[in-house]
Amino acid sequence: MFDSFLLESIINGLLLGGVLALLALGLNLVFGVIDVVWICYAELVMVGMYAIFFLYVYYEVPLAGAIAAAVLGVALLGMILHRFVIEPVLGTAPINQLLVTGGVLFFLQAAATLAFGIEFRNIGIRMPVVEFGDMFFSFARILAFATALVGVLLLWLFLTRTYLGTAIRAISQDREIMPLMGVDPRRIYLITSAIGGGMAGVAASLLVLQYDVHPAIGLSFGPITFMVCVMGGLGNMLGGFVAAFIFAQFISVGGYLFQIEWGYVIAFCFFIAMMFVRPKGLFSR
Amino acid sequence: MLEVRNVSAGYGSFRALFDVSLEVRAGEAVGVIGPNGAGKTTLLRVISKIIAPTSGSVVMEGQDLSRVPAHRVVEMGIAHVPEHRRLFPRLTVEENLRMGAFHPEARRRHAERLDFVYELFPRMKERRLQMAGTMSGGEQQMCAIGRGLMSGPKLLLLDEPSAGLAPVIVQQVFSLVRRIRAEGYTVLIVEQNIQQVLQVVDRAYLLEVGTIKQSGPSAELLASPEIRRAYLGL
Ligand SMILES: Nc1ncnc2c1ncn2[C@@H]1O[C@H](COP(=O)(O)OP(=O)(O)O)[C@@H](O)[C@H]1O
Ligand SMILES: [Mg+2]
Repeated sequence: MFDSFLLESIINGLLLGGVLALLALGLNLVFGVIDVVWICYAELVMVGMYAIFFLYVYYEVPLAGAIAAAVLGVALLGMILHRFVIEPVLGTAPINQLLVTGGVLFFLQAAATLAFGIEFRNIGIRMPVVEFGDMFFSFARILAFATALVGVLLLWLFLTRTYLGTAIRAISQDREIMPLMGVDPRRIYLITSAIGGGMAGVAASLLVLQYDVHPAIGLSFGPITFMVCVMGGLGNMLGGFVAAFIFAQFISVGGYLFQIEWGYVIAFCFFIAMMFVRPKGLFSR
Repeated sequence: MLEVRNVSAGYGSFRALFDVSLEVRAGEAVGVIGPNGAGKTTLLRVISKIIAPTSGSVVMEGQDLSRVPAHRVVEMGIAHVPEHRRLFPRLTVEENLRMGAFHPEARRRHAERLDFVYELFPRMKERRLQMAGTMSGGEQQMCAIGRGLMSGPKLLLLDEPSAGLAPVIVQQVFSLVRRIRAEGYTVLIVEQNIQQVLQVVDRAYLLEVGTIKQSGPSAELLASPEIRRAYLGL
């Protein structure tokens, strides 16, 4: 018999996968190019969510304007993070980069708690539910999925079709000779950090439509994002993209077949199993 | 065109070049020859500012390069084709060539220069969508030289373009250097393949353990008893 609930959860998994893919993409881009893991990546998303919340709810900025400001703001934050936190420790032991960005994670969490308290805040936009046959989908999720795909496509076009994008891919393959090409590596790193931050900002605008923002929100999707990246092979953007959809299916379909929490458990078990089978990622060479 | 004046350079406390001076005039092809470890690559690195000299200076067309940032050297008309080719292995041939034309002036003339490079290396046009790292050594060398030419240089620095290639391909590389020269480029070429490079260049400098031991027109060096004994095995 045709199980429309199963189909519904598969499609919901697909929709969730889009957002996970977008989250993973920013992190992978930064890692692939600069060779630094932004441990505080999900906290940048949190900052973006707070920015949208306050601009929209308190300052009554139109939603589109609030989102644009948040994306630009988090992009700027990415550049500041690179320039003042990461650049000073580039070229030192990798553990230092983990420590400083880990420090930023706790700093942002604590700062958000101090500034905004631990309340859960919601921008209070009720998104319609889309009905299709006897299946129901959240419009916010569909929007998030579509935006994520467009974001991924734009990034891909940028990386493959422009001089700057080509330089961003080139620098991860051979940093030393970049000046011979007329490229200033420091500038490329800053631009990459801005794009990574911008992607966190876009993710924030999609998540704020679906979830409440609070100081620990980073913990609810940060670890998943890292697992997606590691499963796809850190720095491998295509791998991360595919892994995001696989992961999302486990969460969504697993959650449907058993219970919501079990979806996560199964996804994590799969992750651990994959780490034994393909420790360097799905598409490792 | 290019003047290297009393340059000393090294890595940490190790000194690889001692008071080296040389000159390349417009339209010339000049060689720097010498054994492995002599400091030839270091010399080219100083010229293109990958490393800074501890003393001395490099002057390109009257302008002292010490005040030019490394990524601006290529805009001054110097293209450096590095040792071991150093292509971006996971970019396509065409993307590698695009990287060579990164600076604004070169971008404007990208299409024209790409046509020129493809005319020079028809093989590169055939392989334009192939990952550079999957090509043979000879093809990679052509791509690396093509990438250098994409910047529209006045002076081309070549670091051992024949290294690691089969004898037939080595012949092709040297005839290519001739052709590039005939196109009006000034060339400074570093080689260990002394017999052959001296057939191609007008003049050469002999570098040994970081100092210039001898210099002069190619014919003179080919006839020099020391070079014949030490390097040509005659
Ligand atoms: N990155 C480096 N770090 C330390 N020493 C180096 C480095 N590169 C070259 N050297 C040393 O500098 C000397 C000159 O090297 P190089 O310029 O590469 O010589 P060549 O190109 O003539 O073979 C050698 O003794 C070499 O070991
Ligand atoms: Mg060398």
